[in-house]
Amino acid sequence: MSTEMKQVFSHPDSLKDVQTHFCPGCQHGTTHRLVADAMDAFGVQDRTIGVASVGCSVFLYGYFDIDVVEAPHGRAPAVATGVKRVHQDKIVFTYQGDGDLAAIGTSEIIHAANRGEGMTVIFVNNTTYGMTGGQMAPTTLPSQKTSTSPYGRNVSTDGYPIRMAELLSNLEGVTYSARVAVNSPKNILQAARVVKKAFEVQVKGQGFSFVEVLSACPTNWGMNPLKANARVESEMIPYFPLGTFKDSTAA
Amino acid sequence: MQKRLLVKGNEAVAMGAIEAGCRYYFGYPITPQSDIPEYISREFPNVGGVFIQAESEIASINMLLGASACGARAMTSSSSPGISLKQEGISYMAGSELPGLIVNICRSGPGLGGIDASQADYFQAVKGGGHGGYHIIVLAPDSVQEMYDLTMLAFDLSDRYRVPAMLLGDSVIGQMKEALTPHPYISPGDLPAKDWAVSGKDGRPQRVVKSLFLGDGELEEHNWKLHRKYQELKDKEVRYEASDLDDAQLVVTAFGSTARIAKTAIRMAREEGLKVGLLRPISLFPFPEKAFLETTSKVKRVLCVELNTGQMVEDVRLSVARDADVFFYGRPPGAGSLPTPEELLAQIRKHYKD
Amino acid sequence: MNYDVFMAGFGGQGILLIGNLLAYAGIIEGRNVSYFPAYGVEKRGGAATCTVVVSDDEVGSPVIGNPGAALILNPLSMEKYFSRVRPGGLCIINSSLVEDAGDGRDDIQVVRIPINDMALELGDPRLLNMITIGAYAELSGAVSLDSLKGALKDVLPKRNHRFIPMNVEAIDRGAAYAREAAGRAA
Repeated sequence: MSTEMKQVFSHPDSLKDVQTHFCPGCQHGTTHRLVADAMDAFGVQDRTIGVASVGCSVFLYGYFDIDVVEAPHGRAPAVATGVKRVHQDKIVFTYQGDGDLAAIGTSEIIHAANRGEGMTVIFVNNTTYGMTGGQMAPTTLPSQKTSTSPYGRNVSTDGYPIRMAELLSNLEGVTYSARVAVNSPKNILQAARVVKKAFEVQVKGQGFSFVEVLSACPTNWGMNPLKANARVESEMIPYFPLGTFKDSTAA
Repeated sequence: MQKRLLVKGNEAVAMGAIEAGCRYYFGYPITPQSDIPEYISREFPNVGGVFIQAESEIASINMLLGASACGARAMTSSSSPGISLKQEGISYMAGSELPGLIVNICRSGPGLGGIDASQADYFQAVKGGGHGGYHIIVLAPDSVQEMYDLTMLAFDLSDRYRVPAMLLGDSVIGQMKEALTPHPYISPGDLPAKDWAVSGKDGRPQRVVKSLFLGDGELEEHNWKLHRKYQELKDKEVRYEASDLDDAQLVVTAFGSTARIAKTAIRMAREEGLKVGLLRPISLFPFPEKAFLETTSKVKRVLCVELNTGQMVEDVRLSVARDADVFFYGRPPGAGSLPTPEELLAQIRKHYKD
Repeated sequence: MNYDVFMAGFGGQGILLIGNLLAYAGIIEGRNVSYFPAYGVEKRGGAATCTVVVSDDEVGSPVIGNPGAALILNPLSMEKYFSRVRPGGLCIINSSLVEDAGDGRDDIQVVRIPINDMALELGDPRLLNMITIGAYAELSGAVSLDSLKGALKDVLPKRNHRFIPMNVEAIDRGAAYAREAAGRAA
């Protein structure tokens, strides 16, 4: 009797086999993996162009084995617009953090979304500026302490955390907008489905797709990875609910 | 002979760009350059071009960055306050060695200033207007025909050197109409292949367009590489117009609109028997340093005229022979401040010595 | 030869149009030309001025401090620009609107023409600009009347080409009046 071995797990083709610079417990690596899996699933690695942003995700080109253009801080959706308009038949995605997308780049993301640019945006929300050392972000939760909100975010002077997935879902130009988390196996499996769906929207030429990924930043939160994961569950998800806020492909 | 058309300077830029194969335009409305996006938005559908009126100047320069990273001939246009907003993107393009055309039809400032013709953005244009220490190619047309011709040249130089190029004009050159003889674009033929452009890797090794260099010595070497290109531009791509210099006792220098006014003033001076010549920088970067040195080895008096309080004159002073005298006449831009030929003639008389 | 002319009046008087027309007529004659407009920030009713140079040589400055000729169509322009006409030059004044007779200068040729009234006689007040440019071409010789008329199709939008005969008549009337007025003065 012969036994047939079936490979059930492998390194994604779209990811390079290198060590990342990410901190222990950081979930960029997980999210990179989900994006790479989505590219592999549709077989688009060879025709995908990534647009890197400024922040911890700036080294996109070091990890993904794809063509990459690096954008100025917050401008990735505008750069990606230029790329997609030239290469309309290619897959174009941006990968941006919360400071990049929801603060300095608010104008670019809203208008790229509103134009319905045929791109996919992966938005990593970890409620802080990671690379610069844990300053207050537009998504920092009320009362959350950061290096520039040492007494906790005061909503009466600092304003409120922005819910980007909901905000963008109100724009006509947006085809798909959802929020996921990668803090548990269950959430990761769901996140994988959503990221794949977002790429599917683009592969099918259905328009602009957006995925917000709630993510832990143990280093800047001053927690160990387990506690950081727990915080995603207990503090972030209640404020940033998971789910699909818009899916025009369902209609 | 090609038909001569009466064309506005701004429209000549748009016509030259389309003729040169530019099919991507990204911009934001601002006076006095809106004829350019208006013309292009009207004509692009006929040639399959992509026109985007962006949400901001910042977005438009970054769309240009993206399109250029794909190897496309692409452009944006604006006027002074808008060009300030684009400086971040221009710095990134310079750092990423991306070509692309940026048209600045200058208006007066600082701040909101006014919409009058101005040359107060000379420093910003030629010294690298953003952060990090770089240069871009800067060409300054002085006629509608040059608006057309230099637009084409700007694309070619930009592609050849992988350095962003700027066409620097003002509302005199942009808004006036003159006879234009449109001619077909002829590619230099020896432009390097854009083997750095992203397109999806499709079997070849990954390509990355970036300005981030963190490895030991990497960024230093990158800056030296950029510097060598700027030197090469200075060696090979200087352009200027020189006239009436043979017997000149005084050379007038000016660029763009003021050069036009100076030309009439020089003609009037010659009619009075004053031996006056013209040296007009066409490429502001690379600046015609050698032409100034050579000219002032014979002509010892230089009058520099600008629509500002003195910017190009600094480069003139750095370039001339050590025993040459450089005089400056400037009018800060604003309503009614455009000098007349008669006014410049008075300056010529003042500084002239047989 | 080198001709430079400054035209000034209200926005809406069609000054920029005849500036273009003159420049195009110059192109038809194979000459070098420049047309430089300036106008207020208002879209309607502000000041409208332009400078046109027609030359056999390269055109130098598109901006002229003391023009060889001025076409003055409203009182404000008379106040601002009459004194700037170059000695030996020509000034055509719209006497329908400008009361100042221009007696203040004897070093230039002043020709007063009731341009608005003539346009009304022709049946359309908008023809005042064509009367003006016809008069200028006749008195200056900058371009021929035929070139002006030939340029109408280049300058008017296609939908207005049916008005070309009226415009031709206005150019001729302006030229005829100017001829006569200049003759009287001489």
